[in-house]
Amino acid sequence: MELKAELLLPGDAVTGSCLALTAPISFWGGVDPASGTIIDARHPERGQNIAGRILALPGTIGSSSASAVLLELVRAGKAPAALLMDAPDAILLLGLVVAREMGWPTPPAFRLPAADQKALADRNVTISDEGRISIV
Amino acid sequence: MLELTQDERAIASGTAGEGAAMAMRIVAEAARLMGAPRLIPIVSAHIDGALYHGDSGTLFAERLVAGGARVSVRASLNVGSLAPAGCAAIRLPPHERDMARRMMHAYEAMGCEPSWTCAPYQAGHRPAQGSDVAWGESNAVVFCNSVLGARTNRYGDFLDIACAISGRAPDYGLHRPENRVATLLIDVGGLSRELRSSDVFYPVLGTILGRRAGSDVAVIDGLRGCTTEDRLKALGAAAASAGGVGLFHVAGVTPEAPDAAAALGGIVPRETIVLRPNDIATALARLSTAGATDRIDAIAIGSPHLSLAEIDELERLMAGRKLRIPLYANTGRHVVGPLEAQGRRAALEAAGVVFVVDTCIVVTPILPELEGAVLMTNSGKFAHYAPGNTGYAVTYGSLSECVESAVAGRLVRETRAWS
Repeated sequence: MELKAELLLPGDAVTGSCLALTAPISFWGGVDPASGTIIDARHPERGQNIAGRILALPGTIGSSSASAVLLELVRAGKAPAALLMDAPDAILLLGLVVAREMGWPTPPAFRLPAADQKALADRNVTISDEGRISIV
Repeated sequence: MLELTQDERAIASGTAGEGAAMAMRIVAEAARLMGAPRLIPIVSAHIDGALYHGDSGTLFAERLVAGGARVSVRASLNVGSLAPAGCAAIRLPPHERDMARRMMHAYEAMGCEPSWTCAPYQAGHRPAQGSDVAWGESNAVVFCNSVLGARTNRYGDFLDIACAISGRAPDYGLHRPENRVATLLIDVGGLSRELRSSDVFYPVLGTILGRRAGSDVAVIDGLRGCTTEDRLKALGAAAASAGGVGLFHVAGVTPEAPDAAAALGGIVPRETIVLRPNDIATALARLSTAGATDRIDAIAIGSPHLSLAEIDELERLMAGRKLRIPLYANTGRHVVGPLEAQGRRAALEAAGVVFVVDTCIVVTPILPELEGAVLMTNSGKFAHYAPGNTGYAVTYGSLSECVESAVAGRLVRETRAWS
């Protein structure tokens, strides 16, 4: 199976295990910026860790500090390996834009509809730098 | 396809200094991501980026300062991680405290106002209806759009300061009139007038709004004559923490909604939701996580920051009684200043109120670390964020229940019809 995702922010090609969230998440208050663990008590994937995963987001909600949490995850080496977003979110993606301005290595971000994200859940996935997604 | 003016391109390439260049590039990149065709001038900003989440944010702010960046429009500051004007002890370790202080200094050095509040709209920062602004902090954004009728998207950390420096914002989303029209109608007219006229209803309604609307614009019908500014503040804050709400209308109340039809732009809504008592019960239950216990270790009010009117109500309900459980009153300098001048702050503190000023209990470690602790609150936003950020389970209740519980030393419930 191969999918094509739209490139939002560039980065290197990645291979990794996909964590496909089943509910929208707020990074601030929802993800621990030091470890990448999901801490939102009401989130279905609570306790899972997003560090190094290909993170598929069906939606983003909540605080406008999400970008700060993502920037901190990048700097701490706990960012996802890539982001797959149902819709681009200026708040969250700004964390990656700023990381790039700071000269830190940043994971790529792509747009992929939530319906397509489900097929990737817990699979080992490769994403090319242009957004071609294949299950390994 | 984004087109920058010659001026904007020049600034982005460094003609006005590296700080201004970085800010312009960040605004332009956000505009590209959101599909905005151009940047538009803004008249003010509210900056949420000065809260310490880790060293990266401090390094970013200091990079801007080192590059000579200054804000070019009025820019108020949201809460920080320290409380220069407050009395609550903050348990940040030395390194974090130092980095948080450096961050706050960096934002002040760029010319931002040291307002340090999440309710800038009650601290004298009220942009005119129809003006374009760039605000951060989800509750401030939703209030600015909905209650003031100024136009902003939900600008996240970094983009807020970048807009304030460049004096520009991407032209998309809620800056454009066509995106401010409601597509969802929520009818609350079937609920009792008593419920609709009680403070405790609004965070519950906000939770429903956030979950049902997501990031769509809704108009709520049936609240004419029931709202106050503080109720709209609570409604928006709960909606913006439960969902991606950036704007809502209240028919007959908010400036872009003389009535429901006008807010809907004369078009049939894609969905009409008629709220029934069982919807309210479900949302109410969701606000509490502590379950059936009468244990309460702390009480927190003031998310968003308390107004003077809310402090008046707190004083009235306390009626001179002493509190057995600490009650953390989160607010800004714009409120504790007058309270101090009137000699009221000391009296409240002597009775057991702990003022948290310039910051709040869910953004920085203030609450004592206790096993199995329970926080009582009347705030939908605290109810949403306290479990993840403080480790406390939450019991939601009215301000009156919070005060009575604080006096009694255990949970006190009032009989109330949730219908």
